[in-house]
Amino acid sequence: MNTAATTSYLDSLLQGQPPASPLTWLNQLRANAVDRVGALTVPTTRDEDWRFTDISPLTKLSFQPAQGVPPLAAATIERWAIPEAAARLVFVDGIYAPEHSFNRAGLTVENLASGMSRHSAAVQANLGRHAGFERNAFAALNTAFLHDGALIVAPRGMALAAPVHLLFIATRKHAASYPRCLVIAESGSAVTVIEDFVALQDEAYFTNAVTEMALAGNAQVHHVRVQRDGAEAFHFANCAVSLAQSSRYHSVSVALGARISRHNLAALLAAEGAECSIDGLALIGGQQLADSHTLIDHAMPQGVSRQLHKCIVDGAARAVFNGNIMVRAGAQRTDSSQSSRNLLLSAKARVDTKPQLEIFADDVKCAHGATVGQLDVDEVFYLKSRGLSDTAARNLLTYAFGAEVIERIPVASLRNRLEQAVLAQTQAAAPGAAGKS
Amino acid sequence: MIYQDSRTLLAVRDLRATVNGIEILKGMDLTVKSGEVHAIMGPNGSGKSTFSKVLAGHPAYEVSGGEAQFEGRNLLELSPEARARAGVFLGFQYPIEIPGVANSQFLRLAYNTVQTERGKDELDPLEFDDFVREKMKLLEMNPDFLDRSVNEGFSGGEKKRNEILQMALLEPKLAILDETDSGLDIDALRIVAGGVNQLANKDNAIVLVTHYQRLLNYIVPDFVHVMEAGRIVKTGGKELAFELEARGYDWVGAEAKASARVSP
Repeated sequence: MNTAATTSYLDSLLQGQPPASPLTWLNQLRANAVDRVGALTVPTTRDEDWRFTDISPLTKLSFQPAQGVPPLAAATIERWAIPEAAARLVFVDGIYAPEHSFNRAGLTVENLASGMSRHSAAVQANLGRHAGFERNAFAALNTAFLHDGALIVAPRGMALAAPVHLLFIATRKHAASYPRCLVIAESGSAVTVIEDFVALQDEAYFTNAVTEMALAGNAQVHHVRVQRDGAEAFHFANCAVSLAQSSRYHSVSVALGARISRHNLAALLAAEGAECSIDGLALIGGQQLADSHTLIDHAMPQGVSRQLHKCIVDGAARAVFNGNIMVRAGAQRTDSSQSSRNLLLSAKARVDTKPQLEIFADDVKCAHGATVGQLDVDEVFYLKSRGLSDTAARNLLTYAFGAEVIERIPVASLRNRLEQAVLAQTQAAAPGAAGKS
Repeated sequence: MIYQDSRTLLAVRDLRATVNGIEILKGMDLTVKSGEVHAIMGPNGSGKSTFSKVLAGHPAYEVSGGEAQFEGRNLLELSPEARARAGVFLGFQYPIEIPGVANSQFLRLAYNTVQTERGKDELDPLEFDDFVREKMKLLEMNPDFLDRSVNEGFSGGEKKRNEILQMALLEPKLAILDETDSGLDIDALRIVAGGVNQLANKDNAIVLVTHYQRLLNYIVPDFVHVMEAGRIVKTGGKELAFELEARGYDWVGAEAKASARVSP
């Protein structure tokens, strides 16, 4: 594929941009992003960052932003409802659906398009400042389409225990959607945000999301990301988190769906004593590809980071994990650990895992490890010796492997539902399953 | 206990098995009838644990000869799960830890699988909870162990109690307890042995695989067998265990070799 062709592919995606905003800074931001889209190309496996992730199937299809929201019945939405949620924003093919959204949270949870004017100063100070798009074609595209999305502002000292649910529903073939999420957690605030990507159809569509989170001093954010897109979906996501002094960011990402998905998550520990935990689970089969690239950037002293990333790969699927931990000069007394554990369920399944530590400080504690394996023969035998069928034994062990990550989700109903989904998926992966629970 | 009207549960004839091409069992013979308690003793490396794993169907062992009948069926043809459902139970020397699987979930799954096989009704989680708590009293187990992952972080004694709890739930016809006494302090040993004694009846049988005589103070065997180099070289009553405790194993081996020389 030559450069000209890939450039024009990105240009083709630029069709149907949102109308000009009354906010001049926003128009400028979009214009800058459009410029970058023009200068960048679709990444290929020749790019180091995309070495294992061939996204050329994307470029064989064309995608357009949806115009207008198809009406969805309330009952349709309810299947994904999270009873604990204090607020919910629903986006259908990327377009805000106010009739399905509510906010009882007592803090700002609203559509970004309207919230931008009301919170112009705070939004302008953060939007596009954390998730850079200079060298990232997908972040640039998302920024070029900046319009609908979620704006969450947790005011100083306010702790909200109930989660905020952001539900992104894909309904149309060949639709492109560009959800944007900005979370501003002021000092001492606490908030839980669930980004939930679901589909009502199994045809190809293109989701290109960008999420930015700014945590002020002592703020705490729990971030749950569930990607359960349709079987033919292309899902690209960039998430950038900035942590001020003694703030805490806890993230659990679960990737179950999509034909090709790529999730970049960058956490910048920008001040002393910041803490983050970044956990992930990919459970894929068939011809799926799930790629997770994370960067934990310890820029200042006394940061703490914990990471557990797990992949369960069946069929001819492929999982990619690249976990970069950067400890910059001066980031003394950093305490970091990373674990990448991978389970291959078939001979054709594949995982490429690359833990990457770059340490430029001398007084640090960093541990990391990666394992790739199959189900333990002795564990399977133990279960079978108690009467469980081979399939039931394997399903239970596979489920348990994934459950370790899901258990870290701080929302009970979502946790239970995902555990059921994992159980169903592990059983579906083995035809003729006789497992009973 | 030996009963007049007992049935043969297990009949092993000239059983041979290899692991990684090395023969470990070299002609094992054993008959176990209902109601009986057998102890298989012997030095390390004599093949005791291999024998128990072969009977349970561990995939690492390949049977290279001989036969094992369980209630008249060819045991060796059955998958490990089919053996368990038919009523063979192996209490593991080193019970496996399974992080992420709640002990209650595992126990209920195992119980319901075996119940279904026997044409009985499954128990739902609430019914099972009541049922298993009763069984746990037998072993003086804290109900908290239901909520923890299977064997994860359990002490040696807790793991062994969990094994006997599984035996109590599955009600096997033949229980093979592999080194159930290893790693137990005297209190745990008393509790575990007490549990086994309560589960023993005239319709089932127990095979204790053990290195030491100590366990046999608590669970009194009808037969004591000594294994060496992959086969049984001496069989006696419970008094043989005391003799082994006093004299060690060497004399048994020497005696067996001597008798082998004089036999035609």
